[in-house]
Amino acid sequence: MAEAAIRAGCRFYFGYPITPQNEVAEYMSEHMPEAGGTFIQAESEIASIYMVLGASVTGARAMTSSSSPGISLKQEGISFLAGQELPAVILNVMRGGPGLGNIAGCQGDYFQATRGGGHGDYKTIVLAPGSVQELVDLTGVAFELADKYRNPVMILADGLIGQMREPVVLPEPVKHLPEKDWALRGAKGRPSRFSRSLILNVRRMEEHNWKLQRKFREIEANEIRFEQYLLEDAKLVVVAFGSAARVAKGAVKRLRKEGLKVGLFRPITLWPFPHKKIRELANECSEFLVYELNAGQMLEDVKLALSGSAEVFFYGRPGGVIPTPMDVAKIIGSRYYQRIKRKAK
Amino acid sequence: MSQDKPKEPRLINPRPRTLIDRPSHFCPGCHHGLIHRLVAEAIDYFGIRERSIGVASVGCSVFLYDFMDTDVLEAPHGRAAAAATGMRRAQPDKVVYTYQGDGDLAAIGTSEIIHAANRGETITVVFVNNTNYGMTGGQMAPTTLLGQKTTTTPYGRDFKRDGYPIRMTELLATLEGVAFAARGAVNKPANLRRTRELIRRAFEVQLKGIGLGFVEVLSACPTDWGLKPLDAIKRVEEELIPYYPLGIFKDKKEADHL
Repeated sequence: MAEAAIRAGCRFYFGYPITPQNEVAEYMSEHMPEAGGTFIQAESEIASIYMVLGASVTGARAMTSSSSPGISLKQEGISFLAGQELPAVILNVMRGGPGLGNIAGCQGDYFQATRGGGHGDYKTIVLAPGSVQELVDLTGVAFELADKYRNPVMILADGLIGQMREPVVLPEPVKHLPEKDWALRGAKGRPSRFSRSLILNVRRMEEHNWKLQRKFREIEANEIRFEQYLLEDAKLVVVAFGSAARVAKGAVKRLRKEGLKVGLFRPITLWPFPHKKIRELANECSEFLVYELNAGQMLEDVKLALSGSAEVFFYGRPGGVIPTPMDVAKIIGSRYYQRIKRKAK
Repeated sequence: MSQDKPKEPRLINPRPRTLIDRPSHFCPGCHHGLIHRLVAEAIDYFGIRERSIGVASVGCSVFLYDFMDTDVLEAPHGRAAAAATGMRRAQPDKVVYTYQGDGDLAAIGTSEIIHAANRGETITVVFVNNTNYGMTGGQMAPTTLLGQKTTTTPYGRDFKRDGYPIRMTELLATLEGVAFAARGAVNKPANLRRTRELIRRAFEVQLKGIGLGFVEVLSACPTDWGLKPLDAIKRVEEELIPYYPLGIFKDKKEADHL
């Protein structure tokens, strides 16, 4: 991920140690100077997000990375980035929680990530990789989207991906970065300007809010990403993201061999969420099973998407327990037999 | 020489180029306006307006962007030194200065300023100490004097409950990364003139790459102190200066790496 970020033109990394994502900072400390960039180990998560903000407001590509408790500390800054319309990339390698939790793979930060996370009416674009390769690929996407929409982008990975080793194909380094005519680099030959989110006049504040909302609608219209796996004839759709989706895919493969018509729908953007696509799937299929490594968070988005048009069953494992594809296959299989085979009889 | 041609008035102390010509919206007797002017004069002195980027903080100090004709970032409460760090690293040839109040720098932003100072970030920090939270209505700050009544110390600040007023300049002067640390006031012309020199020097150490330049300026807050402007100025002299002595606490002549 770190190398992919450097290749995406990121030249400023600010972070604070927290497991399970220290490899990113360690890699940056070694390789950022080679790329002519800056690595700073900040005194806190809070300081690191504001160092990102300070670099971003001058037009540079900047990022930070952390894990759940650290991300909570950064939320104030993410809100300011959104309010001041500044691009930034934030990697959250989720750990089990709440509180200090553990360093195992968990998806407990879905709500925090997809609902904005910090204070105020805003959204963060959330990308959920399902493999190390996809983490690399989405890193480049994250920097592009952040600049395109001048909005923070979060890559929501988990402890499983964070601690996994896989061969990857790295992208070619980005050669041309977008021009940023809004950056603060000193008022040479132009009127001075400022970047702020304090707008005391309520009407102007409302207008600023609507402007942000129009941008969010545009993102919803253009940037939804998802993967469909064996959905053409599926009678039961499993919905899962990130590491859970990878396990679910194994389970679906196994069940297909047994002749069960199951498929997988994997949202890659958690915000914007593919509501419309899920609603369309309900035209062909009336059984959904949401599988998450938490107690049911994306489940709410799936239910909202379906609005009662299909049955939704939930299987969740919070706290860092990662069931095997066999375990998940058992759950999906028993649901399939209860709902579909029984109906068929 | 013609007698009827009126003489052009000569301004002894014209408005600095960097100070935007706009009526002050600070309270009567507030010292922010004077301190803004001193910062603007220092920027003009070095001719660096077009390459300066300011970082305003939360509190009355946020209005920096209404008065300074440089690019300005509004940083969240306490975070100016961290944002200035990111800016400094991304724009190494620019001049970065922060303007922070005592609630901002000495309470919620203590961690950020100490570590920016310790890294020796080449930035200039102007720290306005008026011994209370001005914008929020005059609550106790870490700098509030013992016995001082504020809206959250209605019986006066008591060290057993609230601790002691913190001397940030002396504290920061102990850090290796700090090139210049000084305290001034603007309560009378002599102090104002000295403070002008201090702020100028705090920019100079940045321009020479020596380290962080820090100037604390004691400031009156008549509204929240419940005093008339003249009485507030008197309080600076009689109560603040005895506890917060004026002067230069550190002045490195060259950078460690030179």
